[in-house]
Amino acid sequence: MEFFRQTKTINFMGQSKIAIAVSIVLVLLSWGILASKGLNYGIDFAGGTIVQVKYEGAAPIDTVRDTLATNPLYEGAQITEFGSPEEIIIRLKTSSKDVQSDMGDVTREALKGTGSFEVRRVDIVGPKVGGELREKGVMAMLLAILGILIYVAVRFEWRFAVASIAALIHDVSIAMGAISLFAIDVNLDVLAALLTLLGYSLNDTIIVFDRIREGVTASKSIELADVINESVTKTLSRTTLTSLTTFFVVLTLFMFGGEIIHAFAFTLLVGIVVGTYSSIFVASPILMWFGFNVGNYRTKLAEAARRRAEKEKMRSMYEQGTV
Amino acid sequence: MKLNFRVIVFAAAILFGVVFSVPSLLQTDKGTKITLGLDLQGGLHMLLGVKTEEAVNSRLKAIASGINHFSEREEVLIDGLAADDESVRFTLLDGDDAPAMDKMLADIEGLSVVHEAESYRISLTPEAVQKTQKQAVDQAIETIRNRLDQFGLAEPTVARQGEDKILVELPGIKSAEEEQRARELISRAAKLELMAVDEERKMRAYTMTADEAARFGDVILPDAEKAGGKYLVREIPILDGSMLTDAQVAFNQNNQPVINFSLNSEGAQIFGDFTGKNVGNHLAIVLDGQVYSAPVINERIGGGHGQISGNYTVEQAQDLAIALRSGALLAPIFMLEKRSVGPSLGADSIKASLIALIGGFVLVFIFMIVYYKGAGIVANIALVANLFLIIAVMAMFGATLTLPGMAGIVLTVGMAVDANVIISERIRELLYQGVSIHKAIEEGYANAMRAILDANITTLIAAIVLYVYGTGAIKGFAITISIGILASMLTAILGTHGIYEMLETRIAKSKNVSLWFGVSKKKAAA
Repeated sequence: MEFFRQTKTINFMGQSKIAIAVSIVLVLLSWGILASKGLNYGIDFAGGTIVQVKYEGAAPIDTVRDTLATNPLYEGAQITEFGSPEEIIIRLKTSSKDVQSDMGDVTREALKGTGSFEVRRVDIVGPKVGGELREKGVMAMLLAILGILIYVAVRFEWRFAVASIAALIHDVSIAMGAISLFAIDVNLDVLAALLTLLGYSLNDTIIVFDRIREGVTASKSIELADVINESVTKTLSRTTLTSLTTFFVVLTLFMFGGEIIHAFAFTLLVGIVVGTYSSIFVASPILMWFGFNVGNYRTKLAEAARRRAEKEKMRSMYEQGTV
Repeated sequence: MKLNFRVIVFAAAILFGVVFSVPSLLQTDKGTKITLGLDLQGGLHMLLGVKTEEAVNSRLKAIASGINHFSEREEVLIDGLAADDESVRFTLLDGDDAPAMDKMLADIEGLSVVHEAESYRISLTPEAVQKTQKQAVDQAIETIRNRLDQFGLAEPTVARQGEDKILVELPGIKSAEEEQRARELISRAAKLELMAVDEERKMRAYTMTADEAARFGDVILPDAEKAGGKYLVREIPILDGSMLTDAQVAFNQNNQPVINFSLNSEGAQIFGDFTGKNVGNHLAIVLDGQVYSAPVINERIGGGHGQISGNYTVEQAQDLAIALRSGALLAPIFMLEKRSVGPSLGADSIKASLIALIGGFVLVFIFMIVYYKGAGIVANIALVANLFLIIAVMAMFGATLTLPGMAGIVLTVGMAVDANVIISERIRELLYQGVSIHKAIEEGYANAMRAILDANITTLIAAIVLYVYGTGAIKGFAITISIGILASMLTAILGTHGIYEMLETRIAKSKNVSLWFGVSKKKAAA
């Protein structure tokens, strides 16, 4: 079976202006949402307490709200359904430092009489730890980008590195915009999803770039736009297929993986779609903007190949002892 | 069909994968298994901080205690001995004793002594403060570990994290009561002190303020049994729990659990001397700043044994004995982060992620066969091998499988076919160009290799960063992703190549590239 085999080269670069315009709008929109709505830091980063309670049968969420409203300890607590009607989650902005007293016990006591239930999870993160985790998260993000930048610059050329980073910023921006828009709790797992997304989106971009690098020497045309079009067309079926399989899998994770993995799966879902789009429509035009020149690159590659061949020759001569 | 080194390596990898993943998959008793993270099996995860400044404080108190002993033993008369957060102060009554006192102080490491006329002011050097703080954390780790080992839980983890934090992980905590008990045992200071009751002023315990008591070198301590009860005792203890060698639960004549403790020879000496000199006076047995009993000393108590009686249950007495035996916490600990997951939630998480894993797997499996036919089957073999390999490698390294780690495996399934897709697409391309099967396979792999390597290495970079900067569950995710990438390179590049090499003559003979690579005949001919 084949869906995506293209015998004719598609003129992607012809559409690049529209694509870039769409991307710029999306990215700006995401930044706007981020600036106005901000991120909804979960307890991992903001510190605080969550208590997850599962009732036998549907949780009497209104009764729980009324009961806890009378208790000063729970001032400002958010009580929401979690995954299913039986489960609720109570979020508090405060965290206790005491090792002996426990919010789980306190909650168990406070909810006495609201039905038969089980406290399934208690997470307490102090503000200091939350701050540290946030710092580390940003560090991780920057370091990953830096590492990738260096790797791509060494393996390809600096313009490729810049273009792939631009695509990454594009993808992460939009994914974070979506996270902000849907008020998803940003916890460690969302950070993990964003970092996975970095790797994934780059994966896609690099496969395309690899083809472009190959196309530069193989293509008949010296026009970069032609080379890009040929390369993107050739990798189109791989890009779509891999994205599809990954998308399927993450979708099953999103649907059946349970509430705890929801934010993680959501971030990846958005990321896969955006990442696939950006590797086709965003990364390559940027390459063009930075004035990547096929002729020059070809000469450079030829030069490198010549040097390599010369070295080989020298070596073989040396080995035969006829310097 | 011919064997080649790739197939042999691949077969060995599969064998390795299956053999080493069986214990984890079937949960057999023997063999190395993947450890389930606390989020999957349920349990308690705590990050604790240590109030190191209090360790410095109690070190100063201990120094004061030592000076007190010295002055009594050597009959060096001193006055106004007091210790606060920064220093120990006292005045020497007879200036002739100064050399002896100086010599004694010089033997204690890390002191800075300011000595004006007859008044002494002793504090710790900055290095000594730092050392004390470090020791407080080390000692807390050691103490907590000892206590948990005796508590009888399966595989507790106590580890230093960063400079001054302690990570405690307790898998297998099943109920809230058990958790409560464990937390109490960990956080219990278990600081035993034997203190002298201020006989002159003891009647004023209820009327005196703390400041007034401090002026007399006394402290007011609450009664552990009787609410509102108070005792006035000398601030500098006779001896403390550091001289304790053993603590055991026993029963008194009323069949109430009590704790018998023993002191080392130095402690026994001090205890004996003190009780000998103070017959008829009261001795307060103080635990964590509360007076448990204050019996009258009837005679000199030699041998260094004592008893703490209180209104405990047997279980409480046992936990207390454990805490005393494993030593006092030099400094109190406090909670920085706590995550507790009930076993039922863990089981639910496993179930949900298994459903996702199997669902995703089946989808990808079918898709690959429909799309690539024979090549799809080959890719699927690699995928299954990949899954076994991940589990086997994780089990071998004793890695922990966390919920994000499960998600990582699910994600790997989606991404692992990537290499095969790239390779298959390359082979198809070459077939359309009309090259021979042999050449299509060899060149297909050669062409795909660079892209696969570059793509995987960049993902690996992200995963490594995640490992270095992540904590707990996230580290688990980074590990699974990294192992998944490495395993997929082995299975997808080497393994499938080997299979094609083995089947090459057969494929060439069949001439049915449509069946083997899902290439449409019409276009292939064109």
